Amino acid sequence: MSNATPPPVPADVEKAAAAEATKADALPTRQSLRKKGRTAAGNAARAVSSPWGSVFAIVLAVLWTMPTLGLFVTSFRQQGDINTSGWWMAWSTPLTGENYATAFNGGSGNGTAMSQFFVNSIVITIPAVLLPLLLASLAAYAFAWIDFPFRNALFVGVFALQIVPLQIALLPLATWFNNAGLGGSFWSLWLSHTAFALPLAVYLLHNFMKEIPASLLEAARVDGAGHVRIFFQVLLPLIAPALASFGIFQFLWVWNDLLVALTMLGGSLQRAPMTMAIQNLSGQWGDKWFLTSAGAFISIAVPVAVFLALQRYFVRGLLAGGTKG
Amino acid sequence: MLVSFIHAAGTAESAGDKLISLVIGIAVFAAVFLGILGLASLFKGRVGERIQAIAFVGPTVLFIVAALVIPAALTIRRAFYNGKFFDLNFGTARTKAQFSGFENFQKLWTTPGLTEVIRNTALWVLLVPLVATGVGLIYALLIDRAKGEAVAKALIFLPMAISMVGATLIWKFVYNYNGAPGATQIGILNAIITKFGMEPINFLGTPVLNTFALIVIMIWIQAGFAMTVLSAAIKAIPDEILEAARMDGVSGFKMFRFITLPSIRSSIIVVLTTIAIGTLKAFDIVQAASGGKLRDGVLASEFYNRSFVTQEPGLGAAIAIVIFVLVSPIIAYNVIQMRKDA
Repeated sequence: MSNATPPPVPADVEKAAAAEATKADALPTRQSLRKKGRTAAGNAARAVSSPWGSVFAIVLAVLWTMPTLGLFVTSFRQQGDINTSGWWMAWSTPLTGENYATAFNGGSGNGTAMSQFFVNSIVITIPAVLLPLLLASLAAYAFAWIDFPFRNALFVGVFALQIVPLQIALLPLATWFNNAGLGGSFWSLWLSHTAFALPLAVYLLHNFMKEIPASLLEAARVDGAGHVRIFFQVLLPLIAPALASFGIFQFLWVWNDLLVALTMLGGSLQRAPMTMAIQNLSGQWGDKWFLTSAGAFISIAVPVAVFLALQRYFVRGLLAGGTKG
Repeated sequence: MLVSFIHAAGTAESAGDKLISLVIGIAVFAAVFLGILGLASLFKGRVGERIQAIAFVGPTVLFIVAALVIPAALTIRRAFYNGKFFDLNFGTARTKAQFSGFENFQKLWTTPGLTEVIRNTALWVLLVPLVATGVGLIYALLIDRAKGEAVAKALIFLPMAISMVGATLIWKFVYNYNGAPGATQIGILNAIITKFGMEPINFLGTPVLNTFALIVIMIWIQAGFAMTVLSAAIKAIPDEILEAARMDGVSGFKMFRFITLPSIRSSIIVVLTTIAIGTLKAFDIVQAASGGKLRDGVLASEFYNRSFVTQEPGLGAAIAIVIFVLVSPIIAYNVIQMRKDA
């Protein structure tokens, strides 16, 4: 995480990055060498002197990992074994990948194939990430670099709308989509996810946009470039890390969403994302843990993979204030 | 023709059609918004500047007004009407919504079960931020600059990537309960309990206890967030300060109490408030566990039930307003705090 070039990030993170940078880049003067030695010694001393601390940290880590591990192990066990012995006895029973095949292809009846919901989740998520990214970065650019009347008032208005919880907007929106004949369509999900993402996205991206040196834009303007060209050729590449941060956020948010999907789709599973399907099927499957567990991990696999691969951007987004309830 | 084409793209049924509608959806969005930009860039000079500003900001403002501002206003109005349909003009003369003043807000206190929901929500909002932040802080301190810090962090952080529905499923298995006498317990908690000769516990079926069981799930999810932010804050404390304190012979708990804690105070507040907001709005855990049917509901799940299940949109709207009123001062405070720091 520390070997990456830090992008322009606001507040705390910037301070943290700056502190890290000074630590790393300082010339090895006698003083800093001495400090290094002492810190290392201090660390060693601390590690020896606080074995309880280490034990406690390990206990916490185990506690936090155990629940996921339990269901993960279960997803590879045979149906009979799951109900006759705990997952911690899995070493004594054979393991199988069959549960995944069954859950994925829907061996348990019509409309239960996770493959179908997997496709739905992808179809819902990709436009619901791309569209707010485009719109928010356009708006953030204008708020940061184009002078127009009521600019500040409008910006405050947009970012103040972060305070509106989804709940208060859902009922009318769902009603409108129904009346327009778009109830239960992908459009209803794409458009509502986009709208709900915008206040936070504009706010975050604006913070990044502002950090870009004005001289860069000025130079482009002198060369005769208009706003549209400056935006796509100069700004967009520069804020790519910020776009990645928010993009991952929005991706996880939409992929893991249940509330918007439930309300917009009205409970129909035809275009339901995996969260909705799993919630539904876990009721239908009841104690069929071999299916529930495999289904759950099919839905968990993508966000966890994205998270592990792009953890750096994810953490950056978090620190920049990218949390949405 | 075009309209039916677009409509078809949103209502595809087979997997192939759905993927095609994905492409069409992106193409439509790109065509519309890039088209607007292209047109705007044709104008030059002062007029062009204005038109480009509109092209850049307009879509966002339009989205926000249409999908947040107006709906919020409608929901607020709806809370003052009774009736079974959200649309005030919908229904027959008998079922049509009528103005009912503050009746829906009074129902918050008089409807059976709702006081329980309010109590549960209070438990959630108190316990989740405090415990999650506490655990996150302790963990961040313990693993700071330790060997394998990155892995240790990822372990605690991973639940954040998992959907709340998935997390609830994972924990349902932990809490699994088999009431048959002498039955094998496949949930690890009840396996441990019965190992010690005690009776297994129906964690998710016993009221009040089940609320605590669900609160644990939210803590499990949020601790990683607290740990990440606080760990960054701890690392941002200047070395000179720590060094100076060490010179003065400060160490151990005193170091934490008088140096670390004051330095990360504002981060702790941001973490506490952010988790409190998330907790107030979180509906997925209760929905995935029981749908709030086992007297374990919270405001966010009750909003959904009243609005969409029991067809009491007025009461649903009133609950949404309560959530809004509870959440907005915290967010406002947070945003002001963040702008101060920035």
